[in-house]
Amino acid sequence: MIAADISLDTTCYHCGEEFDDTPLVFDDKNFCCAGCGGVYRILSQNGLCNYYSYNQHPGANRAKLDGRFEYLDEPKIISDLVDYTDGSITIATFYIPHIHCSSCIWLLEQLNRLNPAIYYSRIDFLKKQINIRFDTSKISLREVVELLYDIGYEPLISLQDVIKQQVKGGKDNLVKKIAVAGFCFGNVMLLSFPEYLGLSEYEKDFARLFGILNILFSIPVTFYSGWEYFTSAYNNLKNRILNIDFPLALGIAVLFLRTVIEIVTNAGPGFADTLCGLVFFLLVGKFVQRKTYYHISFERDYRSFFPVAVQVLDGEREKPVPLAEISTGNRILIRHNEIIPADAILLKGNALVDFSFVTGEAAPVEKVLGEVIYAGGRQTGGALELEVIKPVSQSYLTQLWNNEAFTRQKQNRMQTFNEKVSKHFSVVLLVIAFGSLLFWLPIDWQRGLSAFTAVLIVACPCALALSTPFTMSAALGVFDRNRFYLKNTAVVEQLARIDTLVLDKTGTITTGDIDVAGVPVLSKMQQRMVYTACINSSHPMSRRICKHLGGSGKLPFDSYEEIPGKGISAKVNAHRLLIGSAAFTGVATTGESGASVHIVIDGAYVGAFRFQNAYRDGLNEVTALKDKKYQLFLLSGDNDKERDALKQFFSANTMHFNQSPQQKLDFIRIQQLTGKKVMMMGDGLNDAGALKQSDLGVAVTDNVNNFSPGSDAILDGRSLSKLPAFLSFSKDTVKVIYMSFFISLTYNLIGLSFAFTGKLSPLIAAILMPLSTATIISFTSIATHVAARRRKLS
Amino acid sequence: MSIIFFLIGCSILLALGFLCAFFWAQRQGQHDDLYTPSVRILLDDDEPKEK
Repeated sequence: MIAADISLDTTCYHCGEEFDDTPLVFDDKNFCCAGCGGVYRILSQNGLCNYYSYNQHPGANRAKLDGRFEYLDEPKIISDLVDYTDGSITIATFYIPHIHCSSCIWLLEQLNRLNPAIYYSRIDFLKKQINIRFDTSKISLREVVELLYDIGYEPLISLQDVIKQQVKGGKDNLVKKIAVAGFCFGNVMLLSFPEYLGLSEYEKDFARLFGILNILFSIPVTFYSGWEYFTSAYNNLKNRILNIDFPLALGIAVLFLRTVIEIVTNAGPGFADTLCGLVFFLLVGKFVQRKTYYHISFERDYRSFFPVAVQVLDGEREKPVPLAEISTGNRILIRHNEIIPADAILLKGNALVDFSFVTGEAAPVEKVLGEVIYAGGRQTGGALELEVIKPVSQSYLTQLWNNEAFTRQKQNRMQTFNEKVSKHFSVVLLVIAFGSLLFWLPIDWQRGLSAFTAVLIVACPCALALSTPFTMSAALGVFDRNRFYLKNTAVVEQLARIDTLVLDKTGTITTGDIDVAGVPVLSKMQQRMVYTACINSSHPMSRRICKHLGGSGKLPFDSYEEIPGKGISAKVNAHRLLIGSAAFTGVATTGESGASVHIVIDGAYVGAFRFQNAYRDGLNEVTALKDKKYQLFLLSGDNDKERDALKQFFSANTMHFNQSPQQKLDFIRIQQLTGKKVMMMGDGLNDAGALKQSDLGVAVTDNVNNFSPGSDAILDGRSLSKLPAFLSFSKDTVKVIYMSFFISLTYNLIGLSFAFTGKLSPLIAAILMPLSTATIISFTSIATHVAARRRKLS
Repeated sequence: MSIIFFLIGCSILLALGFLCAFFWAQRQGQHDDLYTPSVRILLDDDEPKEK
C-alpha cells in the first residue's frame, strides 16, 4: 500500500510520466506539466473524471506540444479534410494516434458534453479513427480540432491523409463472394448426400430435382465467386505467365461443364459439391492471407512527414497556405518544433535545425543568416523567417522520390515458391491430362474424355493454393505478436532469402536517448547549482543532466537566460554559471568523441558532461548475425565520430559514414548487382530510397504510429533483439510450405491413380478435396506454431 | 414422400433469407468495426451531474 502511494506521488495523474521536479497540484493530484493539468481541469469542470477511473494515467504527455491549427480555417483545406458537408452539418474523420484504451473511447464519445454543437462522435478503436458530426454554424472544423487537442487527443493531419481519402473506396467483394460460395456449398452438400448413399429406383425423381438444384447453385459459385480465377488466369496467359490460377480456373471450368453435362444427359450426379467446396476453400484462403494493419501505414512518403500548411508572410500579415501552393519567393514563418517544408534562405532568427530524420546527423545544426536550409529539418529554437527558393516538390529532399526506385513497381521482386512451382505444376498437369486422353482415345473416346476431365479435377491444386496463405498468415500472426509488422504475406518469403543486412545508424541502432558517458567531478553545492540551472531548460541535454543529478534539490536563482543552440547563462546563489557548448563557455575543445556540455562556475572551468548516443538493446544479437552467414553493413548519414564506439559491433571495413540518401540507394544497388539479397533497416527519410531499392525494406521505429518511411515491414525498436529469431523463423515457415506442398502432391497422386482409369466417382472427389484441404490447414498452422515456439517467438 | 419437395423449397428459401440478412448487415457496415463495440459495452452510462 505504501509502495503504491509513493509511485503515485512521482507520476503524473494524467499521463503517468515520472517527473523529476516539483509537480503542479490540482485537487490533490500531481501533474507533470501545465498541459496535463489543463486537460484535467477541462475534464473535471465538465464532470468527465470517469476518464481516469477506467484506466490509470490514460492521457498523453503534454509537455512538448504546441498546436497551431490556423490552417484549418482555409476553405480549401477544409474541403479536402471533411467527408461531407452541407452548410449545417459536417462529417469529418480524423486519425488520432493516441487512442489506446477504453478511457479514450469513453471520453471521445462524450464530446457532446464538452460542446453541444458536436452531435455525434464514434471511435473505431483498431483504426484509431474518430468520426465526428458537428453543426457547422456553431463550431468550425478548427474549433473541433482544437477541442480534441485541448483534451489531449491531437489528430494527426497530414498531406497524405488528405490525398488518401480521395483514393479510398473500391472495396472488393471478397466477403460477399465467400458468403455466396459458403451458402451454395452447404446446400449442395445437403443435396448431394442422398446420391452418395444410394437412391432406390422410385426415388429417382428426387435425383432429378437435386441435380437441377445443384446446377442452379453452381452457377453463382462459378460465375460470381470463382470468376476472378478466370480473369486472373486469362490475364496471366496473355502476359505469358503460368501461375497457379491457371490450373485452378481449368479445374473450376471442367468441374462446372462436366457437372452440367452429366446432369442434363442423366449420366451421373456431377461434381457440384466438389466445385462449390473448391471455390469456397480457395476464397477462404485468400481471405486469411489478407491481413490489414489499420493503424500502420507502409506507404508513407515525405508528404505525410510535412505539415499540411505553412504560415506565409504577406506584408505584415500571416496567412496559412497549403503546402502545394508554396512558390519560390514566398516568405515563410517557422516556429519552434516546426518542419521546414521547402529549401529556403534564412532571413531572420536563430536557426538551430535538427536534421536527424533527413540526413541521419545526430546533433542539431546551426545556420547563419543568408544560408540555405534544406527542407525536412526541424527548427528547435525560436521563430524563423525564411524565403523559399524551390517549391516543395523540387526540394533537395523530395527529389529523391524522382529516383526510378520509387516509380518502379516493386511487387514480386523475388519469385515466391508458389509461383515457381505452379509453372511446372501446370505443365505436368497438362501433359498427364492429354496423355490420358490420347491413351484412351483409340479404345474408347468417351472414357478418354472422362479420364481427361477427371485428371483436371483431382489435380486441381487446391491444397497447394492454400498451403502458402495459411502458413504465411499464421507466420504473420507470430511476427505481429512480437511487434514486427509485415506488409503482406509475400514479405515472409523474402525475409527467408535475405543474406545481407544493411543498417542505418541514427534512430535505427541508436535510440533517441543519450547516455551520459562522462561526468565532471562536482561538489554537492555545485551539483545543486547545475541542477537549478538545467531544470528550467527543455533542451534534451539539460533534461538528461537533470535526470542524472536527480533529487539534488533546487536553489533560488537570481537570473536565467537560455541562448538557443549555445547554452545557459544563470546566476544561482550569487554564483555565475555558464553551461553549454565549448564556444559558449570559452573552453578549448580537446576533440573528444560525442557531444559535451561544459560547465563554468564563476569563470572557472569545472568539467564537462559528455554524452553518447544510446544503442538499442539487442544490437549485440543483431551484429552477431555476421558470424552466421549474413553480411552486415552500417550506412550512416552522420559523421564518423562514433566509429570507435561502433567497432565492437561492426568490422571496420563494413562501416560507411557521411552517406547521402542517394549514396545509400546506390550502395544497396551495387550489393544487389553482385547477387545479394539485401535487407535495409532504416528509420528516416534519408533511408527512404535505400528502403525502396532493397529487397526488403524494414523501418525501425519506437512508436509504430509515428512517421516511418515507406517500407515492406515495420519493426518496433524494442524487438530488435529478436531479429535473428525472425530470420530463422521465416526460414522455418518456408520449410513448412515445402512440406505441405509434398502432402498436397501425395493427395494429387492418389487422386490421379483413380482419374487416369477414367473411373473417378464423384464420391471420391468429394472426399479427397475437403480431406486434403483439412490436412493442409491443420498441418500448416500446427507446424508454424511449433516453429514459433522453437524460436521462442510464441 | 412428395412433402420433401416442399420442405426442400422451404429450407432453401430460409437459407436465402439468412444470406440476404448477411448481405444487408455487410452493406450497413456492421462488420466494419468488430472490436470497439466489445469495449464500449463495458463503459457505464453516467448522467452528467447537475451543477
